[in-house]
Amino acid sequence: MWSLGPIGFAAPWLLLGLIALPILWILLRAVPPAPIKRRFPGVALLLELQDDDSQSDRTPWWLLLLRLLAVAAIIIGFAGPVLNPQTRTAGDGPLLIIADGTWADARDWGARSDRIALMLDEATRDGRTAAVVTLTDLPETLTFQSADAIAQALPNVQPNAWEPDADALQTWADSLSGPFDTYWLSDGLARDSRESLLNALEGLGTVTVFQTPRQTFGLRPARFDEGNIVISATRTPVGSAFDATINAIGLDPNGVERQLATVDLNFAAGDAVAETELVLPPELRNRVTRFEIAGNRSAAAVSLADDGLKRREVALISGAGDREGLDLLDPLYYLREALEPTADLIDGTMEDILLANPDVIILADVATFAGSEGEAVLDWVEKGGMLLRFAGPRLAASDVGRAQEDPLLPVRLRDGGRTVGGAMSWGEPKALAPFTEGSPFFGLRTPDDVTVSSQVMAQPDPTLANRVIAQLADGTPLVTRKVAGEGQIVLVHVTANAEWSSLPLSGLFVQMLERLAVSTRPASPDLETLEGTTWLPEDVLNAYGQLEDGATLPGVAGELLAEPVPSEALQPGLYAGPDQRIAVNVIGAETSLATAQWPARIVVEGLEVLRETALKGWLLGAALALLMVDIIASLAVGGRLRGPRADATVAVLLGFALLTAPAPVQAQDDEFAIAATADVVLGYVITGDAEVDEVSEAGLRGLSLTLNRRTSIEPAAPMGIDLERDELAFFPFLYWPITPDQALPSREAYAKLNRYLRTGGMILFDTQDADTARFGSASPEGRKLQAIARTLDIPAIEPIPDDHVLTRTFYLLQDFPGRYNSRDIWVEASPVDAEVVEGMPFRNLNDGVTPVVIGGNDWARAWAVDEFGDRMFPVGRGQAGERQREIAMRFGVNLIMHVLTGNYKSDQVHVPDLLDRLGQ
Amino acid sequence: MSAALDLRAGAEALAAPFPALLAEAEHLAATVLLGDHGRRRAGLGDTFWQYRPAQNHDHARSIDWRRSARSDQAFVQDKEWQIAQSVILWVDQAASMRFSSDANLPTKSERARTIALAAAILLIRGGERVGLTGLRLPPKRGENQLAQMAAILSEDDTTDYGTPEAQGMLPHSRAFFISDFMGDIAPVEAALTKAADRGVRGALVQVLDPQEEAFPFDGRTIFESMTGAMRHETLKAGDLRTRYLDRLAQRKDQLSTLARTTGWQFNTHHTDTSASTALLWLYHALDGQT
Repeated sequence: MWSLGPIGFAAPWLLLGLIALPILWILLRAVPPAPIKRRFPGVALLLELQDDDSQSDRTPWWLLLLRLLAVAAIIIGFAGPVLNPQTRTAGDGPLLIIADGTWADARDWGARSDRIALMLDEATRDGRTAAVVTLTDLPETLTFQSADAIAQALPNVQPNAWEPDADALQTWADSLSGPFDTYWLSDGLARDSRESLLNALEGLGTVTVFQTPRQTFGLRPARFDEGNIVISATRTPVGSAFDATINAIGLDPNGVERQLATVDLNFAAGDAVAETELVLPPELRNRVTRFEIAGNRSAAAVSLADDGLKRREVALISGAGDREGLDLLDPLYYLREALEPTADLIDGTMEDILLANPDVIILADVATFAGSEGEAVLDWVEKGGMLLRFAGPRLAASDVGRAQEDPLLPVRLRDGGRTVGGAMSWGEPKALAPFTEGSPFFGLRTPDDVTVSSQVMAQPDPTLANRVIAQLADGTPLVTRKVAGEGQIVLVHVTANAEWSSLPLSGLFVQMLERLAVSTRPASPDLETLEGTTWLPEDVLNAYGQLEDGATLPGVAGELLAEPVPSEALQPGLYAGPDQRIAVNVIGAETSLATAQWPARIVVEGLEVLRETALKGWLLGAALALLMVDIIASLAVGGRLRGPRADATVAVLLGFALLTAPAPVQAQDDEFAIAATADVVLGYVITGDAEVDEVSEAGLRGLSLTLNRRTSIEPAAPMGIDLERDELAFFPFLYWPITPDQALPSREAYAKLNRYLRTGGMILFDTQDADTARFGSASPEGRKLQAIARTLDIPAIEPIPDDHVLTRTFYLLQDFPGRYNSRDIWVEASPVDAEVVEGMPFRNLNDGVTPVVIGGNDWARAWAVDEFGDRMFPVGRGQAGERQREIAMRFGVNLIMHVLTGNYKSDQVHVPDLLDRLGQ
Repeated sequence: MSAALDLRAGAEALAAPFPALLAEAEHLAATVLLGDHGRRRAGLGDTFWQYRPAQNHDHARSIDWRRSARSDQAFVQDKEWQIAQSVILWVDQAASMRFSSDANLPTKSERARTIALAAAILLIRGGERVGLTGLRLPPKRGENQLAQMAAILSEDDTTDYGTPEAQGMLPHSRAFFISDFMGDIAPVEAALTKAADRGVRGALVQVLDPQEEAFPFDGRTIFESMTGAMRHETLKAGDLRTRYLDRLAQRKDQLSTLARTTGWQFNTHHTDTSASTALLWLYHALDGQT
């Protein structure tokens, strides 16, 4: 094939025809346009008028050019031009395909995977052996296999949420032996480890790099600044202005994960880092579990929030009342000073405070509670609250917890207490004993200058030893603690001010409050405290930025968390320690991204494949179009576009234009509406996965067929619905199969869906995973369903009760199997006041149609028939399987009956009454 | 028998346009008909004109006693002078008149006939005698005359350009010619001169198609007359436009001058404008001179 630039020609000899063009020019020039005959009475006046130009009228040059272009296009078209002819020379020898396999790859992993598949195809054709390696998951030894075998295993190659480990990479690179050629699919981020690996690979063969210029975003961990949450993100390469939306996601009061807040992050043109502030009320802020850059599918776009973002709410109550005195004598003064920077403080009466449900209530020298407050506080403690009490003159003077243990005190107290080292007493003020192992304060250094001169004394008791968590040098308890329900009660046996001890003046006081989780500790504990601890991963992020359960992963040593660098051993995620959780994020607070630069000697290609494009059709089409233009132009030049018959000509031309113009959008909308409303039509949501959509259609086709045969409902062929574009109101019923990677609907689509659900539509959500997962478990589909339903206006749901109207709208059913037979079907919850009436087989349940039915039985496959009416998928085995399919069909019939007839079958509760009346 | 039937059928087919032409012309005339057509002076007639004191030469029986009884003088009733005027007309029936540039426009011929017949209707209703030039239809009154006129006006001529017929014009009568005046100007000149010699005055109405005024042609074109007898080929029709328009203006100017010197009036009418404007003009042109 002879080629000219990016265009090759199949029959280049035909191009010689282009030489004829100048001759054609001369010929065309010599022939004037044909005359037109016109009847015209004014000809008498024209007689004897001579033309100024006695020469024949020549065809104008632009018309000639037009015709020559048309002819040239025809000649070149038949010469068979091909854009980007594939003339790549077939390589030989083994081929190593390297993908970085980091989180930055995740966003377009599909494209990369396709590209790798194409390379493997090529290698198969050339008979080369190949290997595919991701740098984040290095194989121990590099073995080359036949390329088609590698291609089989390609779907298993997935990106990871961490970056390659430089040392491991170096070791691996050293272990390679060639020769082989390398294709390296770069994720586009600069990394120190690249160069050495590149050098190693270049030593073994040619290296070709594939890299696309695209922006990569990284969301840095949120931090506090003056009470606001500061969110920042970085990007590379730095480009023009860009607006990103950051979603703050957390649990709502019902424990459902929701989008709690949204903030816009604006990258100015030329800025790599953008920063914005988010102001949230403390209740909401403490619920935030992670931040996400909306619409960015990568682990770097997710930033998990750990305890560092939480600020505990601490309520302070003093028994001293409004005593006019010096601030320094206020029992709460030191507590305020210690807690203010790290916690949200609440003041008020006990009643108000309990309503606010704080994390911690601190009582400074409060002995007794008024009325039922004591019970309320105990109730709050047992639900997980922490009550921290400080002793004082009042507590010492009261008789609380003397005779028997007070529920709100960890220990019994002796009358009076003691004073040492004062003017009227013996002895020296007591120092603190070192903290014993098992105490929450273990590891804190006890300063020598902290002394206690007065304290309340604990009554010796068999349980006392377990409850002491700090004691004085002479062994008397200083801090005691007991567990009550899920919460705990802690008593500090001295005052919260400096009257009885110098403890509140020391730094130890603040540290002890931190250890008691009264105040929040700094986000990342230092290496010292982490040493020897083991942290369990709760949730881990995958490369796509999705949270996965970390329970299957081993615990990690605390040392790794001191300066967390995500790796295979320390996957990004949330790690739970003894009393704290630490988030390991892909992007740290100081991480900045840079674009990878390759030496000039390396060939860098884009990911896109230049495909061969035959231009013949286009050129011939262009020639035809030019000839059409020539017709019009000739008419214009010949004067035929004006004069008596011009209107006819123009009409014909306009007709052509109208024929070729596409039908207007309005007409398409109308067509859709008419098709959807002429008959009852079952709709399914188009997920974008062609196979799933096909199955949905086949399933609804089968259901429609069954309905036609067995009932008076005669649905037309089912229709696929694009949630973004199509009107939903025409469909009584939507089948929505959930696939793990379908896109979330847009805001407008959600509004449409909510309107649909409110106005009586029904959606059947099918996660199609009942074979492997129970409802509510964390299958990818279930997670997706939760994500989709988060914004939907779905009422409270419950597992379908035995007497739900769905069990009898047409057939009497107790099971609702699809291809799988799981009983986990959820429908709108029945009202709480529904009661079983004596003699009735079922309750009088909610009015109206349940807006959602949620399950995972893969009904579509059980219903599915092909265009000939044959079953497409097997259900179960043998006779029992056929029975299950039949029941599945019956469920479908019942469902559609329920949708279309509502709950009139529920009215059968009145049948006995009606019969009674008829009898009379 | 069958010959008679053929004749009848042919006659009916031939007569078919007349009622339409007549109806159209009457319709057009109805827009102009203002009332009886008096001479605006005392004379012989039926309608009252004015009272005047009786003179000596008045017969005693002509004295209006009812009016005279109201004063001391005798009064005589004068009648408005009503005298029939002869109007003869000529409509160009040649092939050039059968041109129409657009299916929505009437041919020049249709328009000319409608205007002529409508004017005839008006004149006959006004008490005048109307006829055609030439000797086929001398001026007469009555509806019958109109029917005959319509029949004759519906005939088509085969020549390319019509020449005015100046025969049969009564001295001091009125006349009007309707044509496109595209052909040779000499016969028109001769006819008008002859008419002026006999003291006949009147109006010339030139009916033109809008295309004849605009000449919207371009490119290599062969122009043919309506019968195809005359042809003119040009390579660039666009170049001829100004010269054609000059010639047309010159023709109009000639006609206008000719009309002025012979005491006639001249107007140009286009088929894309309303026929009633031309009729009104024609009516007033004839009326103003009587």
